[in-house]
Amino acid sequence: MGMSETVPAARPGEIRQPDQDYFQALSTEVNDKGFLVTSTEELFQWARTGSLWWMTFGLACCAVEMIHVNMPRYDMERFGAAPRASPRQSDVMIVAGTLCNKMAPALRKVYDQMSSPKYVISMGSCANGGGYYHYSYSVVRGCDRVVPVDIYIPGCPPTAEALLYGVMQLQRKIRRSGTIER
Amino acid sequence: MATVLHSAPKFTPAEDVKDAIVASLGAVLLEAKIVHEELVLTVKRESIEDVIRTLRDEHEYQQLMEMAGVDYPQRLERFEVVYMLLSVTKNHRLLVKVSTDENTPVPTVTNLFPCAGWLEREVFDMYGVLFQGNTDLRRILTDYGFEGHPFRKDFPLSGYQEVRYSEEEKRVVYEPVTLAQDFRSFDFMSPWEGAEYVLPGDEKADAPKSDAPKTTEKPSDTGAGKATDAKAAEKKSHAAPAQTDKGKDASGAPDATEDRPGKAPREGDTTDTKSATEVDKDKSGS
Repeated sequence: MGMSETVPAARPGEIRQPDQDYFQALSTEVNDKGFLVTSTEELFQWARTGSLWWMTFGLACCAVEMIHVNMPRYDMERFGAAPRASPRQSDVMIVAGTLCNKMAPALRKVYDQMSSPKYVISMGSCANGGGYYHYSYSVVRGCDRVVPVDIYIPGCPPTAEALLYGVMQLQRKIRRSGTIER
Repeated sequence: MATVLHSAPKFTPAEDVKDAIVASLGAVLLEAKIVHEELVLTVKRESIEDVIRTLRDEHEYQQLMEMAGVDYPQRLERFEVVYMLLSVTKNHRLLVKVSTDENTPVPTVTNLFPCAGWLEREVFDMYGVLFQGNTDLRRILTDYGFEGHPFRKDFPLSGYQEVRYSEEEKRVVYEPVTLAQDFRSFDFMSPWEGAEYVLPGDEKADAPKSDAPKTTEKPSDTGAGKATDAKAAEKKSHAAPAQTDKGKDASGAPDATEDRPGKAPREGDTTDTKSATEVDKDKSGS
Protein backbone atom coordinates (compact mmCIF):
# COMPACT_ATOMS: atom_id res chain seq x y z
CA MET A 1 0.00 0.00 0.00
CA GLY A 2 1.88 3.03 1.19
CA MET A 3 5.06 1.04 1.68
CA SER A 4 7.69 2.07 -0.81
CA GLU A 5 10.30 -0.30 -2.11
CA THR A 6 13.19 1.67 -0.66
CA VAL A 7 12.31 0.95 2.98
CA PRO A 8 14.97 -1.43 4.29
CA ALA A 9 13.90 -4.73 5.80
CA ALA A 10 13.35 -4.81 9.54
CA ARG A 11 16.28 -6.01 11.51
CA PRO A 12 15.86 -8.73 14.15
CA GLY A 13 14.27 -7.32 17.26
CA GLU A 14 13.29 -4.10 15.57
CA ILE A 15 9.69 -3.06 16.16
CA ARG A 16 8.31 -1.21 13.22
CA GLN A 17 5.32 1.06 13.59
CA PRO A 18 2.71 1.38 10.85
CA ASP A 19 3.00 4.22 8.39
CA GLN A 20 2.06 7.09 10.68
CA ASP A 21 1.57 9.67 7.92
CA TYR A 22 -0.98 7.48 6.22
CA PHE A 23 -3.08 7.15 9.34
CA GLN A 24 -2.81 10.82 10.14
CA ALA A 25 -3.98 11.71 6.65
CA LEU A 26 -6.93 9.37 7.05
CA SER A 27 -7.90 10.69 10.45
CA THR A 28 -7.58 14.30 9.29
CA GLU A 29 -9.90 13.50 6.42
CA VAL A 30 -12.45 11.89 8.71
CA ASN A 31 -12.18 14.74 11.20
CA ASP A 32 -12.52 17.45 8.56
CA LYS A 33 -15.26 15.99 6.44
CA GLY A 34 -16.76 13.35 8.67
CA PHE A 35 -16.66 10.70 5.96
CA LEU A 36 -14.34 8.84 3.62
CA VAL A 37 -14.91 8.32 -0.07
CA THR A 38 -14.15 5.10 -1.87
CA SER A 39 -15.73 2.97 -4.56
CA THR A 40 -18.15 0.20 -3.65
CA GLU A 41 -15.94 -2.17 -5.57
CA GLU A 42 -12.99 -1.42 -3.38
CA LEU A 43 -15.15 -1.53 -0.29
CA PHE A 44 -16.51 -4.95 -1.20
CA GLN A 45 -13.11 -6.29 -2.04
CA TRP A 46 -11.71 -4.95 1.19
CA ALA A 47 -14.49 -6.62 3.10
CA ARG A 48 -14.17 -9.92 1.27
CA THR A 49 -10.42 -10.23 1.36
CA GLY A 50 -10.17 -9.05 4.92
CA SER A 51 -12.50 -11.60 6.46
CA LEU A 52 -11.89 -14.91 4.78
CA TRP A 53 -13.43 -17.07 7.46
CA TRP A 54 -12.70 -20.58 6.48
CA MET A 55 -14.57 -23.80 6.93
CA THR A 56 -12.34 -26.40 8.53
CA PHE A 57 -12.53 -29.45 6.34
CA GLY A 58 -9.51 -31.38 7.50
CA LEU A 59 -9.64 -34.86 6.03
CA ALA A 60 -6.11 -36.17 6.43
CA CYS A 61 -2.57 -35.17 7.24
CA CYS A 62 -2.95 -31.84 5.38
CA ALA A 63 -5.16 -30.77 8.27
CA VAL A 64 -2.10 -30.69 10.50
CA GLU A 65 -0.52 -28.08 8.25
CA MET A 66 -3.83 -26.26 8.24
CA ILE A 67 -3.57 -26.16 12.02
CA HIS A 68 0.01 -24.95 11.85
CA VAL A 69 -0.96 -21.98 9.76
CA ASN A 70 -3.29 -20.85 12.53
CA MET A 71 -0.70 -21.14 15.23
CA PRO A 72 1.30 -18.10 16.31
CA ARG A 73 4.21 -18.65 13.95
CA TYR A 74 2.19 -18.09 10.79
CA ASP A 75 -0.97 -16.75 12.42
CA MET A 76 -3.42 -16.62 9.56
CA GLU A 77 -5.74 -14.38 11.58
CA ARG A 78 -3.44 -11.54 10.62
CA PHE A 79 -5.18 -11.76 7.27
CA GLY A 80 -8.61 -11.90 8.83
CA ALA A 81 -8.86 -15.60 8.11
CA ALA A 82 -10.37 -17.30 11.12
CA PRO A 83 -11.40 -20.94 11.43
CA ARG A 84 -15.13 -21.51 11.71
CA ALA A 85 -16.84 -24.71 12.70
CA SER A 86 -20.05 -23.94 10.85
CA PRO A 87 -20.45 -23.62 7.08
CA ARG A 88 -23.10 -20.92 7.59
CA GLN A 89 -20.44 -18.58 8.94
CA SER A 90 -17.74 -19.44 6.42
CA ASP A 91 -16.57 -17.75 3.26
CA VAL A 92 -13.93 -20.20 2.12
CA MET A 93 -13.62 -23.93 2.47
CA ILE A 94 -10.14 -25.43 2.70
CA VAL A 95 -10.39 -29.03 1.53
CA ALA A 96 -7.36 -30.42 3.32
CA GLY A 97 -6.80 -34.07 2.60
CA THR A 98 -8.03 -37.16 0.83
CA LEU A 99 -11.64 -36.91 -0.26
CA CYS A 100 -13.26 -40.34 -0.20
CA ASN A 101 -16.34 -41.37 -2.12
CA LYS A 102 -18.22 -41.75 1.11
CA MET A 103 -17.35 -38.21 2.16
CA ALA A 104 -18.14 -36.56 -1.18
CA PRO A 105 -21.90 -36.00 -0.60
CA ALA A 106 -21.13 -34.55 2.83
CA LEU A 107 -18.53 -32.21 1.35
CA ARG A 108 -21.00 -31.02 -1.24
CA LYS A 109 -23.67 -30.53 1.40
CA VAL A 110 -21.33 -28.40 3.48
CA TYR A 111 -20.38 -26.40 0.42
CA ASP A 112 -24.04 -25.83 -0.41
CA GLN A 113 -24.68 -24.63 3.10
CA MET A 114 -22.06 -21.89 2.84
CA SER A 115 -23.38 -18.45 2.02
CA SER A 116 -22.27 -16.65 -1.11
CA PRO A 117 -19.77 -15.39 -2.01
CA LYS A 118 -17.97 -18.62 -1.26
CA TYR A 119 -14.58 -19.89 -2.29
CA VAL A 120 -12.82 -23.24 -2.18
CA ILE A 121 -9.13 -23.88 -1.65
CA SER A 122 -8.02 -27.37 -2.59
CA MET A 123 -5.04 -28.23 -0.44
CA GLY A 124 -2.61 -31.01 -1.24
CA SER A 125 -2.17 -33.66 -3.89
CA CYS A 126 -5.10 -35.78 -2.77
CA ALA A 127 -7.61 -32.96 -2.93
CA ASN A 128 -6.13 -31.65 -6.16
CA GLY A 129 -6.32 -34.83 -8.17
CA GLY A 130 -6.45 -37.90 -5.99
CA GLY A 131 -2.71 -37.82 -5.56
CA TYR A 132 -1.29 -41.01 -4.16
CA TYR A 133 -4.75 -42.58 -4.20
CA HIS A 134 -5.61 -41.58 -7.75
CA TYR A 135 -6.34 -45.14 -8.86
CA SER A 136 -8.09 -46.18 -5.70
CA TYR A 137 -11.60 -47.58 -5.68
CA SER A 138 -12.69 -45.32 -2.86
CA VAL A 139 -11.11 -41.92 -3.47
CA VAL A 140 -12.48 -39.02 -5.52
CA ARG A 141 -9.99 -38.11 -8.22
CA GLY A 142 -9.81 -34.47 -7.23
CA CYS A 143 -12.27 -32.51 -5.14
CA ASP A 144 -13.06 -30.37 -8.18
CA ARG A 145 -15.27 -33.24 -9.30
CA VAL A 146 -17.54 -32.29 -6.44
CA VAL A 147 -17.08 -28.58 -5.74
CA PRO A 148 -15.74 -25.72 -7.89
CA VAL A 149 -12.19 -24.93 -6.79
CA ASP A 150 -10.61 -21.47 -6.83
CA ILE A 151 -7.07 -22.16 -5.65
CA TYR A 152 -5.07 -25.36 -5.88
CA ILE A 153 -2.16 -25.74 -3.49
CA PRO A 154 0.34 -28.41 -4.53
CA GLY A 155 2.30 -30.48 -2.07
CA CYS A 156 2.04 -33.62 -0.04
CA PRO A 157 1.31 -32.09 2.33
CA PRO A 158 1.87 -28.44 1.44
CA THR A 159 3.79 -26.51 4.04
CA ALA A 160 2.04 -23.96 6.19
CA GLU A 161 3.74 -21.27 4.12
CA ALA A 162 2.25 -22.77 0.98
CA LEU A 163 -1.24 -22.67 2.44
CA LEU A 164 -0.70 -19.10 3.58
CA TYR A 165 0.47 -18.22 0.10
CA GLY A 166 -2.62 -19.91 -1.29
CA VAL A 167 -4.86 -17.79 0.92
CA MET A 168 -3.02 -14.68 -0.27
CA GLN A 169 -3.48 -15.81 -3.84
CA LEU A 170 -7.20 -16.18 -3.17
CA GLN A 171 -7.28 -12.62 -1.85
CA ARG A 172 -5.52 -11.54 -5.00
CA LYS A 173 -8.01 -13.42 -7.11
CA ILE A 174 -10.91 -11.73 -5.33
CA ARG A 175 -9.37 -8.31 -5.92
CA ARG A 176 -8.66 -9.09 -9.55
CA SER A 177 -12.10 -10.43 -10.41
CA GLY A 178 -13.55 -7.12 -9.22
CA THR A 179 -17.20 -8.04 -9.45
CA ILE A 180 -19.88 -7.62 -6.85
CA GLU A 181 -21.71 -10.59 -8.26
CA ARG A 182 -19.96 -13.79 -7.49
CA MET B 1 17.73 -54.40 41.86
CA ALA B 2 14.33 -52.92 42.44
CA THR B 3 11.63 -54.93 44.16
CA VAL B 4 9.66 -57.11 41.78
CA LEU B 5 6.03 -56.08 42.06
CA HIS B 6 4.59 -58.99 40.16
CA SER B 7 5.67 -62.42 39.13
CA ALA B 8 5.21 -62.01 35.38
CA PRO B 9 8.35 -62.42 33.37
CA LYS B 10 9.47 -59.50 31.29
CA PHE B 11 9.05 -61.53 28.16
CA THR B 12 7.67 -64.96 27.45
CA PRO B 13 9.38 -66.82 24.65
CA ALA B 14 6.98 -68.54 22.27
CA GLU B 15 8.58 -71.91 22.94
CA ASP B 16 7.64 -71.72 26.62
CA VAL B 17 3.93 -71.45 25.99
CA LYS B 18 3.69 -73.64 22.93
CA ASP B 19 3.59 -77.03 24.59
CA ALA B 20 0.95 -76.09 27.15
CA ILE B 21 -1.30 -74.60 24.49
CA VAL B 22 -0.85 -77.55 22.15
CA ALA B 23 -1.73 -79.94 24.96
CA SER B 24 -4.85 -78.09 26.00
CA LEU B 25 -6.23 -77.50 22.51
CA GLY B 26 -5.92 -81.11 21.45
CA ALA B 27 -7.50 -82.33 18.27
CA VAL B 28 -8.91 -79.02 17.04
CA LEU B 29 -5.39 -77.74 16.51
CA LEU B 30 -4.26 -78.34 12.95
CA GLU B 31 -0.84 -76.76 13.15
CA ALA B 32 1.30 -74.92 15.66
CA LYS B 33 4.48 -73.27 14.54
CA ILE B 34 6.75 -70.47 15.57
CA VAL B 35 7.29 -67.86 12.89
CA HIS B 36 9.39 -64.78 13.55
CA GLU B 37 9.44 -65.72 17.22
CA GLU B 38 5.66 -65.64 17.36
CA LEU B 39 3.39 -68.58 17.94
CA VAL B 40 0.97 -69.19 15.08
CA LEU B 41 -1.87 -71.63 15.65
CA THR B 42 -4.04 -72.96 12.85
CA VAL B 43 -7.27 -74.42 14.13
CA LYS B 44 -10.47 -75.92 12.80
CA ARG B 45 -13.00 -73.33 11.75
CA GLU B 46 -15.95 -74.82 13.64
CA SER B 47 -14.14 -74.73 16.96
CA ILE B 48 -12.68 -71.22 16.81
CA GLU B 49 -14.93 -69.97 19.56
CA ASP B 50 -13.85 -72.76 21.89
CA VAL B 51 -10.22 -72.17 21.06
CA ILE B 52 -10.43 -68.47 21.78
CA ARG B 53 -12.33 -69.18 25.00
CA THR B 54 -9.68 -71.67 26.10
CA LEU B 55 -6.91 -69.23 25.33
CA ARG B 56 -8.70 -66.43 27.14
CA ASP B 57 -9.76 -68.36 30.25
CA GLU B 58 -6.98 -70.89 30.70
CA HIS B 59 -3.96 -69.29 29.09
CA GLU B 60 -4.45 -65.67 30.11
CA TYR B 61 -4.81 -64.15 26.68
CA GLN B 62 -7.09 -61.40 27.90
CA GLN B 63 -7.28 -59.14 24.88
CA LEU B 64 -8.24 -59.50 21.26
CA MET B 65 -6.08 -56.88 19.64
CA GLU B 66 -6.99 -57.22 15.99
CA MET B 67 -8.59 -59.42 13.42
CA ALA B 68 -7.29 -59.64 9.89
CA GLY B 69 -8.39 -61.33 6.72
CA VAL B 70 -6.10 -62.78 4.10
CA ASP B 71 -7.00 -63.85 0.58
CA TYR B 72 -5.20 -66.75 -1.08
CA PRO B 73 -7.07 -67.21 -4.39
CA GLN B 74 -5.19 -70.40 -5.27
CA ARG B 75 -6.43 -72.25 -2.19
CA LEU B 76 -9.58 -74.29 -1.99
CA GLU B 77 -10.64 -72.36 1.08
CA ARG B 78 -9.36 -69.04 -0.09
CA PHE B 79 -9.73 -66.85 3.00
CA GLU B 80 -7.90 -66.89 6.26
CA VAL B 81 -9.12 -65.05 9.32
CA VAL B 82 -6.37 -64.21 11.78
CA TYR B 83 -7.07 -63.46 15.43
CA MET B 84 -4.33 -61.62 17.25
CA LEU B 85 -4.40 -62.12 20.98
CA LEU B 86 -2.42 -60.41 23.72
CA SER B 87 -1.70 -61.60 27.20
CA VAL B 88 -0.90 -58.64 29.38
CA THR B 89 0.09 -60.89 32.28
CA LYS B 90 2.49 -63.01 30.24
CA ASN B 91 3.53 -60.16 28.01
CA HIS B 92 2.96 -62.37 25.04
CA ARG B 93 1.07 -62.29 21.77
CA LEU B 94 -0.11 -65.07 19.52
CA LEU B 95 -1.92 -65.56 16.25
CA VAL B 96 -4.82 -67.92 15.66
CA LYS B 97 -5.77 -68.67 12.09
CA VAL B 98 -8.82 -70.28 10.56
CA SER B 99 -9.55 -70.74 6.88
CA THR B 100 -12.86 -70.41 5.08
CA ASP B 101 -14.35 -69.65 1.69
CA GLU B 102 -16.94 -67.21 0.35
CA ASN B 103 -19.99 -69.16 1.50
CA THR B 104 -18.91 -70.88 4.69
CA PRO B 105 -19.45 -68.77 7.80
CA VAL B 106 -16.96 -68.58 10.63
CA PRO B 107 -18.40 -68.76 14.17
CA THR B 108 -18.37 -65.35 15.77
CA VAL B 109 -16.32 -64.52 18.86
CA THR B 110 -18.42 -61.50 19.82
CA ASN B 111 -19.69 -63.47 22.82
CA LEU B 112 -16.14 -63.64 24.14
CA PHE B 113 -14.79 -60.29 23.04
CA PRO B 114 -17.34 -57.53 22.36
CA CYS B 115 -14.72 -55.65 20.36
CA ALA B 116 -14.81 -58.44 17.79
CA GLY B 117 -18.08 -57.00 16.49
CA TRP B 118 -16.43 -54.20 14.55
CA LEU B 119 -13.39 -56.31 13.69
CA GLU B 120 -15.60 -58.97 12.14
CA ARG B 121 -17.53 -56.27 10.31
CA GLU B 122 -14.27 -55.03 8.86
CA VAL B 123 -13.22 -58.49 7.68
CA PHE B 124 -16.69 -59.00 6.24
CA ASP B 125 -16.55 -55.63 4.49
CA MET B 126 -13.14 -56.11 2.95
CA TYR B 127 -13.21 -59.86 2.16
CA GLY B 128 -16.85 -60.97 2.32
CA VAL B 129 -16.17 -63.52 5.03
CA LEU B 130 -19.38 -64.36 6.87
CA PHE B 131 -19.53 -64.64 10.64
CA GLN B 132 -22.24 -66.80 12.11
CA GLY B 133 -23.74 -65.32 15.23
CA ASN B 134 -22.66 -61.73 14.64
CA THR B 135 -25.96 -59.89 14.93
CA ASP B 136 -24.74 -56.70 13.26
CA LEU B 137 -22.81 -57.89 10.24
CA ARG B 138 -22.96 -54.72 8.14
CA ARG B 139 -20.33 -52.92 6.12
CA ILE B 140 -18.22 -50.62 8.23
CA LEU B 141 -15.68 -48.78 6.08
CA THR B 142 -16.74 -48.70 2.45
CA ASP B 143 -19.28 -46.36 0.90
CA TYR B 144 -23.01 -46.72 1.45
CA GLY B 145 -24.32 -49.07 -1.21
CA PHE B 146 -20.83 -50.27 -2.09
CA GLU B 147 -20.73 -53.51 -4.01
CA GLY B 148 -17.92 -56.01 -3.84
CA HIS B 149 -15.19 -56.67 -1.33
CA PRO B 150 -12.17 -54.53 -2.15
CA PHE B 151 -9.42 -56.53 -0.44
CA ARG B 152 -10.13 -59.63 -2.49
CA LYS B 153 -7.37 -60.23 -4.97
CA ASP B 154 -9.82 -60.31 -7.87
CA PHE B 155 -11.24 -56.87 -7.04
CA PRO B 156 -9.95 -54.31 -9.53
CA LEU B 157 -7.79 -51.58 -8.02
CA SER B 158 -9.90 -48.72 -9.33
CA GLY B 159 -13.20 -50.38 -8.48
CA TYR B 160 -16.34 -50.10 -10.52
CA GLN B 161 -17.83 -46.72 -9.65
CA GLU B 162 -16.68 -43.18 -9.13
CA VAL B 163 -18.47 -40.07 -7.95
CA ARG B 164 -18.96 -36.61 -9.36
CA TYR B 165 -21.30 -33.72 -8.66
CA SER B 166 -24.01 -33.44 -11.27
CA GLU B 167 -25.03 -29.86 -11.94
CA GLU B 168 -28.27 -31.07 -13.54
CA GLU B 169 -29.38 -33.30 -10.72
CA LYS B 170 -27.87 -31.10 -8.01
CA ARG B 171 -26.39 -34.04 -6.19
CA VAL B 172 -23.38 -36.32 -6.16
CA VAL B 173 -23.91 -39.08 -8.72
CA TYR B 174 -22.21 -42.43 -9.20
CA GLU B 175 -20.86 -43.37 -12.60
CA PRO B 176 -18.77 -46.19 -14.00
CA VAL B 177 -15.06 -45.56 -13.64
CA THR B 178 -13.40 -43.80 -16.57
CA LEU B 179 -9.75 -43.13 -15.91
CA ALA B 180 -8.39 -40.03 -17.60
CA GLN B 181 -4.97 -41.59 -17.40
CA ASP B 182 -4.50 -45.32 -17.57
CA PHE B 183 -2.88 -47.05 -14.67
CA ARG B 184 0.84 -47.18 -15.09
CA SER B 185 2.81 -50.08 -13.74
CA PHE B 186 6.25 -48.95 -12.76
CA ASP B 187 9.28 -51.20 -12.74
CA PHE B 188 10.83 -50.58 -9.38
CA MET B 189 13.61 -53.13 -9.75
CA SER B 190 17.00 -51.64 -9.43
CA PRO B 191 19.41 -52.30 -12.29
CA TRP B 192 21.75 -54.37 -10.17
CA GLU B 193 18.97 -56.68 -9.01
CA GLY B 194 18.01 -58.15 -12.32
CA ALA B 195 15.92 -55.62 -14.26
CA GLU B 196 16.65 -56.06 -17.94
CA TYR B 197 17.22 -52.84 -19.77
CA VAL B 198 18.10 -53.75 -23.35
CA LEU B 199 19.76 -50.90 -25.16
CA PRO B 200 20.41 -50.71 -28.90
CA GLY B 201 23.69 -52.45 -29.59
CA ASP B 202 23.46 -54.79 -26.63
CA GLU B 203 22.98 -57.72 -28.99
CA LYS B 204 26.62 -57.38 -29.98
CA ALA B 205 27.65 -58.49 -26.53
CA ASP B 206 26.15 -61.90 -27.21
CA ALA B 207 27.86 -62.26 -30.59
CA PRO B 208 30.30 -65.20 -30.78
CA LYS B 209 33.76 -64.15 -29.86
CA SER B 210 36.72 -64.39 -32.17
CA ASP B 211 38.87 -67.49 -31.90
CA ALA B 212 42.02 -65.49 -31.37
CA PRO B 213 41.58 -63.49 -28.19
CA LYS B 214 43.36 -60.19 -27.90
CA THR B 215 46.27 -60.67 -25.54
CA THR B 216 49.03 -58.62 -24.09
CA GLU B 217 52.20 -60.67 -24.24
CA LYS B 218 55.02 -58.18 -23.93
CA PRO B 219 55.24 -55.27 -21.45
CA SER B 220 55.65 -52.90 -24.40
CA ASP B 221 52.16 -53.88 -25.62
CA THR B 222 50.61 -52.30 -22.58
CA GLY B 223 51.71 -48.82 -23.54
CA ALA B 224 53.37 -48.31 -20.16
CA GLY B 225 56.96 -47.25 -19.87
CA LYS B 226 59.29 -44.33 -19.54
CA ALA B 227 57.89 -42.46 -22.51
CA THR B 228 54.38 -42.63 -21.10
CA ASP B 229 55.50 -41.52 -17.67
CA ALA B 230 57.29 -38.55 -19.14
CA LYS B 231 54.22 -37.61 -21.15
CA ALA B 232 52.02 -37.88 -18.08
CA ALA B 233 54.35 -35.67 -16.07
CA GLU B 234 54.11 -32.82 -18.58
CA LYS B 235 52.62 -29.65 -17.21
CA LYS B 236 49.53 -28.75 -19.15
CA SER B 237 47.41 -25.68 -18.95
CA HIS B 238 43.84 -26.31 -17.91
CA ALA B 239 42.55 -23.17 -19.57
CA ALA B 240 40.07 -23.36 -22.41
CA PRO B 241 41.58 -24.26 -25.74
CA ALA B 242 42.49 -21.35 -27.94
CA GLN B 243 39.79 -20.27 -30.35
CA THR B 244 40.93 -20.38 -33.91
CA ASP B 245 37.68 -19.69 -35.72
CA LYS B 246 37.80 -16.15 -37.10
CA GLY B 247 34.24 -16.01 -38.30
CA LYS B 248 35.11 -16.15 -41.93
CA ASP B 249 33.66 -19.02 -43.82
CA ALA B 250 31.49 -19.89 -40.84
CA SER B 251 29.66 -23.09 -41.45
CA GLY B 252 27.39 -22.59 -38.43
CA ALA B 253 24.96 -20.24 -40.18
CA PRO B 254 22.25 -22.16 -42.01
CA ASP B 255 21.56 -21.62 -45.67
CA ALA B 256 18.81 -19.28 -46.76
CA THR B 257 15.35 -20.74 -47.15
CA GLU B 258 12.10 -19.44 -48.63
CA ASP B 259 10.96 -17.62 -45.52
CA ARG B 260 14.33 -16.82 -44.04
CA PRO B 261 17.02 -14.75 -45.64
CA GLY B 262 20.58 -15.81 -45.62
CA LYS B 263 22.76 -14.34 -42.97
CA ALA B 264 26.23 -12.95 -43.22
CA PRO B 265 28.76 -14.72 -41.03
CA ARG B 266 29.25 -13.15 -37.67
CA GLU B 267 32.26 -10.90 -37.22
CA GLY B 268 34.73 -11.78 -34.56
CA ASP B 269 35.86 -14.91 -32.84
CA THR B 270 32.54 -16.55 -32.06
CA THR B 271 30.53 -18.66 -34.41
CA ASP B 272 26.78 -18.51 -34.90
CA THR B 273 24.68 -20.45 -32.44
CA LYS B 274 21.30 -21.89 -33.20
CA SER B 275 19.43 -19.29 -31.20
CA ALA B 276 21.28 -16.46 -32.94
CA THR B 277 19.99 -17.61 -36.31
CA GLU B 278 16.35 -18.14 -35.36
CA VAL B 279 13.83 -15.98 -37.18
CA ASP B 280 12.31 -13.23 -35.09
CA LYS B 281 8.65 -13.68 -35.95
CA ASP B 282 7.61 -10.21 -34.80
CA LYS B 283 10.08 -8.52 -37.10
CA SER B 284 9.73 -10.74 -40.13
CA GLY B 285 6.10 -9.63 -40.40
CA SER B 286 4.78 -12.72 -42.16
